[in-house]
Amino acid sequence: MKYPYEIRLSGSGGQGLILAGIILARAAVLENHHVTQTQSYGPESRGGYSYADVIISNEDIYFPEAVSFDCLLALNQESCDKYLFDLRENGILIVDTTFVKNIALVVENTYEVPFTEIAIEKLGSPIPTNIMALAFLVQVTGIVKLASLQQAIEESVKPAFIDLNLRAMKLGIDLAKNYEK
Amino acid sequence: MSNSETINPNTTMNNESKTSSTTKVEELQNLKGRKTVLMQGNEAVAYGALDAGCNFFAGYPITPSTEIAEILAAELPKRGGVFIQMEDELGSICAVIGASLAGAKALTATSGPGFSLMQEGIGFARSAETPCVVVDVQRVGPSTGMPTSCAQGDIQQSRWGTHGDSPAIVLYPDSVKESYELTIRAINLSEKYRTCVILLLDEVLGHMREAVRLPDLSNVRVISRVKPTVPPHWYKHYENNEKYPIPLASFGEGYRFHVTGLTHDSLGFPTNKPNEAAEMMARLKKKITYNIRDLVQIESFQMDDAKIAVFAAGITARSAKAAVVMARKEGIPAGLLRPLTIWPFPDDAVRKMLRDVDIVIVPELNQGQLIREIERLVKDRSDSKLIKIQRVDSKLIPPQDILQKIKEVI
Repeated sequence: MKYPYEIRLSGSGGQGLILAGIILARAAVLENHHVTQTQSYGPESRGGYSYADVIISNEDIYFPEAVSFDCLLALNQESCDKYLFDLRENGILIVDTTFVKNIALVVENTYEVPFTEIAIEKLGSPIPTNIMALAFLVQVTGIVKLASLQQAIEESVKPAFIDLNLRAMKLGIDLAKNYEK
Repeated sequence: MSNSETINPNTTMNNESKTSSTTKVEELQNLKGRKTVLMQGNEAVAYGALDAGCNFFAGYPITPSTEIAEILAAELPKRGGVFIQMEDELGSICAVIGASLAGAKALTATSGPGFSLMQEGIGFARSAETPCVVVDVQRVGPSTGMPTSCAQGDIQQSRWGTHGDSPAIVLYPDSVKESYELTIRAINLSEKYRTCVILLLDEVLGHMREAVRLPDLSNVRVISRVKPTVPPHWYKHYENNEKYPIPLASFGEGYRFHVTGLTHDSLGFPTNKPNEAAEMMARLKKKITYNIRDLVQIESFQMDDAKIAVFAAGITARSAKAAVVMARKEGIPAGLLRPLTIWPFPDDAVRKMLRDVDIVIVPELNQGQLIREIERLVKDRSDSKLIKIQRVDSKLIPPQDILQKIKEVI
């Protein structure tokens, strides 16, 4: 893995991107990495823009926000349009095709998955979409171990929702394993 | 950070990084063997307050400082402390002062709009020499501005926001771990010097998470106020004593004293006598000027052979440090000078920097509040070697912008 590895999880408020960022950062802490997690969002609790940046490194991280990304997750069209051009060469793009209908710049490592649709169909709710997409990202990038991800999820969500989120995690991993370009 | 040195560390920190699981509150309550956890800047402030012995919080929640109140609302009652959500920030600062007069280690947290409302109380605390800490997690202003966005617009307000001529102690961390350390230091200094100490944070830092291992509590140095030993009828609440900490009685302990915002004599009663007014003003000023070495903390990073220096505080210093590291990789002799204490301003360190380097770059998220202080120290204004980078659109200054400026001017 090339460090520092910079990830942006983007979409709109309410899609759980900041929680996903916290979980990813927590998983990286479990593996003794240096990590920063920052966020940007509007004053709305739902709607508007929202993103979480996670930087994982093997040395001190000075500037805590991602400037260009090794991996970009875009859960809506606006965030895909806005941040795509800051993806690094050979960077990985993961989009939720439920909402992202048009990818302005074709990059080599693009993964197009209808995360929200699958969450509603398989898990009965769009809410665990964030965890499913995060697990997909972790499986594709290998940035943290799946065991660390699972532990971070268990520590970060309310006990009543652990089971649902672990199912979402497994679904995301399976989607990545079976993904055909 | 091998190349950095911090002068006057007030808390001893254990740097051994032993990482393991969980961020549950219970884990952090352990006094020993604390684990490395993912922690937010605001959380670090709350745990710093608890570790320094804070037992009273009165406040009114405001983004981006709310988590401090949330955590203390949950934690203080468990430890026998008091949490009060007040009707507004005017009430909050007054409750904090009252609690401190009754012996509590009291703290409040707010952001720009609330900080403005607290200014009168801050002046009262300084005048009445009552220890307390105000945390201001800065957001974009003026007025209610942008609640979830970052600015460094309160730097001068933290010094001059309250009316009248009073000294200020203001600390400014740049990382989650330092937020913990400087919260403890803020409470320590407030107790030692009997004044209101302000801790400035940036929105990004308040909300940011980093891997942090809190030190074992036995490694944390905590200062608590000294009690008077004289018989009650000998006690003077405002004695001209140049040894710190100055003994301080609390209400209810048998010592009689008066507290007022009016200029007061050594017993605390209002006075119009010029000599007593002069005495009080001199005492307030001496606290700072006689103790500059104890109060001022700076970080000097790669400055030994630097020809170009970046002077930055808070979150902007993170951008600056990244830029300095990038410049060094390209063989440019750049360095960073960072104040951890912004008030009193580190005049001596800045003068030395101005002597030693050819050019000073001052990036900040406002329209010139830090650079103003450096300009004050530049002797020959016709030959200013100060370069400013200012941004007020709610975004951070990326390291690349500072690096580009370094390359332009070198």
